[in-house]
Parts: sequence; structure tokens; C-alpha cells
Amino acid sequence: MGDEIRTVRDATCTFCGCVCDDMVLTVDVQNKRITKAENACILGKAWFREHAIEERPFALIGGREATTEEGVEEAAQILAGARFPIIYGLSDTTCEAQRVAVAIGDMIGGTVDTTTSVCHGPTGIAFQGVGESTASLGEIKNRADLIIFWGGNPAEAHPRLFTRYAVTPKGMYIPNGKKDRTIVLVDVRRTPSTPVADIFIQVKPRTDFEVLRALRALVKGRKVDPSIEQRTGVALAVLEDLVARMKSCRYGALLFGMGLTMNRGRHFNAGALLALATDLNEFTHFVAKPVRGHGNVTGADNVVSWQTGFPFGVNFSRGYPRFNPGEFTTVDVLARGDADAALIIASDPASNFPKAAIEHMKRIPVITLDPKATHTSQLARVAFTTATYGINVAGTVYRMDDVSLTLRPAFDSPYPSDEQVLSAIRDRVRTLLGGNRLPPVAPPAPPAAAAH
Amino acid sequence: MVQTMTLIGGRSSKQGTSLCAGKLGAEYIQLTSTVEMNVEDMARLGLRNDSRVRLRTPTGEAILRCKGRETKDLPPGLLFMAYGPLSSQLMAGDTCASGMPISKNLDVEVEPVLEEGESKEG
Repeated sequence: MGDEIRTVRDATCTFCGCVCDDMVLTVDVQNKRITKAENACILGKAWFREHAIEERPFALIGGREATTEEGVEEAAQILAGARFPIIYGLSDTTCEAQRVAVAIGDMIGGTVDTTTSVCHGPTGIAFQGVGESTASLGEIKNRADLIIFWGGNPAEAHPRLFTRYAVTPKGMYIPNGKKDRTIVLVDVRRTPSTPVADIFIQVKPRTDFEVLRALRALVKGRKVDPSIEQRTGVALAVLEDLVARMKSCRYGALLFGMGLTMNRGRHFNAGALLALATDLNEFTHFVAKPVRGHGNVTGADNVVSWQTGFPFGVNFSRGYPRFNPGEFTTVDVLARGDADAALIIASDPASNFPKAAIEHMKRIPVITLDPKATHTSQLARVAFTTATYGINVAGTVYRMDDVSLTLRPAFDSPYPSDEQVLSAIRDRVRTLLGGNRLPPVAPPAPPAAAAH
Repeated sequence: MVQTMTLIGGRSSKQGTSLCAGKLGAEYIQLTSTVEMNVEDMARLGLRNDSRVRLRTPTGEAILRCKGRETKDLPPGLLFMAYGPLSSQLMAGDTCASGMPISKNLDVEVEPVLEEGESKEG
């Protein structure tokens, strides 16, 4: 360890959507590494420990080492020359960088999509159809006496959700912490989250929608046939007991994960859960929140929404934003073979997308921005090394409950930030195109000959 | 022997910590190349911990190492694996106009893969 040790208080962990902002970081300034992260969970500790400065090229062009400036020129030429480019990722970078990425998409008449489309995209679709009875995590901590986790495993994916907000902490109206709350967990299998629950309800795979609809019926006083157990694995008595608890609690919260959205039914599942929360407001106060994965995926939703009016899957090829999941979402655009170039920011789709989408990425010029080598950077035409947000880069991120937070970086990086690289690409593309690329305007159709 | 089971893709703590070190690292590759299976299913298929098993969907196939889980933790007929390059091989690109590919509750064919020098009878 070097001689100069610095402490950064109230730093923010950007590993997951909890975005815990009470970190106390011990920084070895000379060696540019974090040696201790107080208050961090197991995931946060790994995040801070593993993001020291690595010796990597500033950019690779076709596997050849290059400067950032050379990478910017190559990337700008690719994007300016593409006919159907896609910009994707954005959930692990700052809102400031996200804003520039949207500007590039607008300028080149491309498609802008974020990892939301393969995360809670179906929830976003359901929000538009059903609405959202929402709350901040602070409100849930201070008021909720019934919390239902559905289709998620926070103990492994968001460890401090339990200890900071939703299970054990004492709140303003929950003075005894867990003793004042009832915790329910609904899932298709037992996970490390299960022991936290007072009630565990194990549903058969692919039957969440049926269980949710049965609960809605019971909330409204309708009869449900006992054969529901045969279909879903959940006895009618268990559902009736849960409904009684939901209707009689003072403040209930449904926190749901991708067990609903990545499953058959997708936005119908999410919509059924959101509608259940809405229904329950006839009897008590009830809210529903998606539990978000990446550190600033909620920021991506916010930035793309305030810039375009839509949260993800936005296309600018007609000179104005259009939203159409299935048409302008990345898996579809790649798997169909539509995109002729891709700009991937702080994401690694080559490690988790369907096979057909990955195969298409191998056929087109791909540009990546990432602090680390990834499966996607390995197949990229241009791969930039960038600084890590939250550790080296200041800026703004959004917690999963849409609360914005300011980052307090721990030490400088020799590498540029995503925002700096994207801004340079944007400026060069603007020069190459002479401004925004507008679609050709078709001449007005001649008037139809009058019928005789 | 081939059996159809339901595969759940997901995240795990170890996967989360190892991806911070890098997705090209040995630990991440090992974690995303392992499938958890009910111990009774494994016994029926003649599998032990660390045996190789082939998972197949209409889209593709992948060979993984298996790890046993008790029935109370993972019911018979269910499989769990962490997302990674091998789970991608099994996922279809069709999103049914939603943007979201199905990665949980996939029907997969499960088939033991013989190790070198191992016979079907063995």
C-alpha cells in the first residue's frame, strides 16, 4: 500500500439499482485502488476492489492499439456512414453520458435502446397500459408493514435492499423493524432470499399470471375455483390468506423482479401485478416497484424518456422519435439482421443476448465503450477503454426508485469518461454529416386524375 | 437417456462478484458453465456432481457441468443456470414483439455426455 491514503465518505456504489450512497471508501492514492469499502455488500465490495486501473490500450481498432482520437475518427466514420445504426447499453454509465448518446442517435437517424429492453422493458410497456402506484424506497422503509417480493432474489442480486430499505431497518412508522413487517416471497424455487420471508409461496413455472389474476379476483370478492392449486401449485387457502393480509395491512408494497418479465407472459405478468396494487388501493395503501439491476438503468429510462418521450426502443430514422418494442429493441434489430452498425456503451450483449443477435454483431462494425475487456469488445471493430463511473467519474445516477444521486469518485483514471468519448464522436459525426441527418423528403404526390 | 426439463436462467452472488473481476476470467466462465439440477433427477440420469450434460433447445445446445441441489431447494424437473455465453446458445431471438427474449422457464432436453473413457453401461 502507498503512503497517501484518502477517505471518501458518502460515496455511491453503482453496482446495482440500490445505488447505496453511504459508502466509506479507503483509497490508496498512489496505486489508484480502493482498499476498503465500509457499508458495501458482497457485490459492492467486489465492485470497488476489482476496479483499479488496468493497463489497457486506450482504444483498439480491428485489434490494433490506437489512441482515443484515432478511435473517435473510426467510430464517427462508421456511424456517419451507417444506414440503420443502433445505440445500446447505457445502464452502467452516467446520465450525462446517456444524454450525449441520445443526441448521437438523433443526429444519425439511428435507434437508441437500453438494457431495459431485456430487463424491465415489459414493465415499462405495462406502465403505459396500466399505470404505476409508486413510492420511494424511503417511503417503503418508513411505512410498509407488508412487503411482497415476487419473482426476484434480492439476497443475491440486491443484498442491501433487505437491510437498508425493505426488511430489517426500523422506520418512522415501523419502529421495531422486521418485527413490525410481514415479508412474503413468491418464486418458482427456493433461493437464498427465501429464509428472510415469513411466508414463502412457491408457484409452478409459467403460472404467475394465473396466480395474480386469482388474487385480483379474490380482492374484488369473486369466487376462485379450488382447482387453481392444480394449475399453479398454490392452494386457494394460501391465496385467500394472502388477500386478507393485503387488504388489512396499513401500507403494502409489491417489489418484483425479472421472474415476471423474462418469463412467458412478460408485460401481461407485470401488468397483472401493477393492476393488483391499484385494486388494493380501494382498501388500503399499496404500491408496486420493479427491482432494477444495473446501477443506472433507471437513469437510462429517465434520460431517454425526457429526451424522446419514450423509455427505450426509440428510432429516429424519420427525423422524430418513434417507440415500438419488438421493432426498435436491440435483440430484434440484431436477430433480424437489420442493424448495419452498433455503438455499445457500458454493456456486454455478446455475453447474454440470444445466439442469433450475437451472430449478427459479428457481421457488422461494432463500437464499444467499457472499462474492461468483454465478449462484446472482443468482436468490436473499435473498442474504447473508458473510466469507471462512480469510482473515477463524477456525474448523476438514478436509484431504482427514480431518486437522483450525485457520484463522488475515489481517484482519477488515465482513461476518458464515456461522456468525453461520446461527446467527441458526436462532434465529429456532426462535422461529417453537416448536422442532423434528415430523411429524404418525398416530393408531393401529383393530384389524382378526376374520375369521369 | 434424454429428458425434458425446465431451465431457469438467473443471477447469483458469485456470478456478480466474479463479473467485477472480468467476464473473460476463469471464475466467471466456470460459474456460467454450470447447471444446477435436482439430485433425484441427476441420479435417474446417472449423473454426479461435475458430470457433463448437454442442454438442447430448438435454437441451439450447450454442454455444462452439473451441480446437485436438494429437492427442498430445487424441485425435480427444474434446472438453474447463471446467465452467460452458454445460456445465450439456448435462447431464441424472437421476442414476440416485446423486445424481451425468453430466458426463464425454457423447455430444454437434458442428456448426459460421457466423459472420455466412460461407457454408457459404466
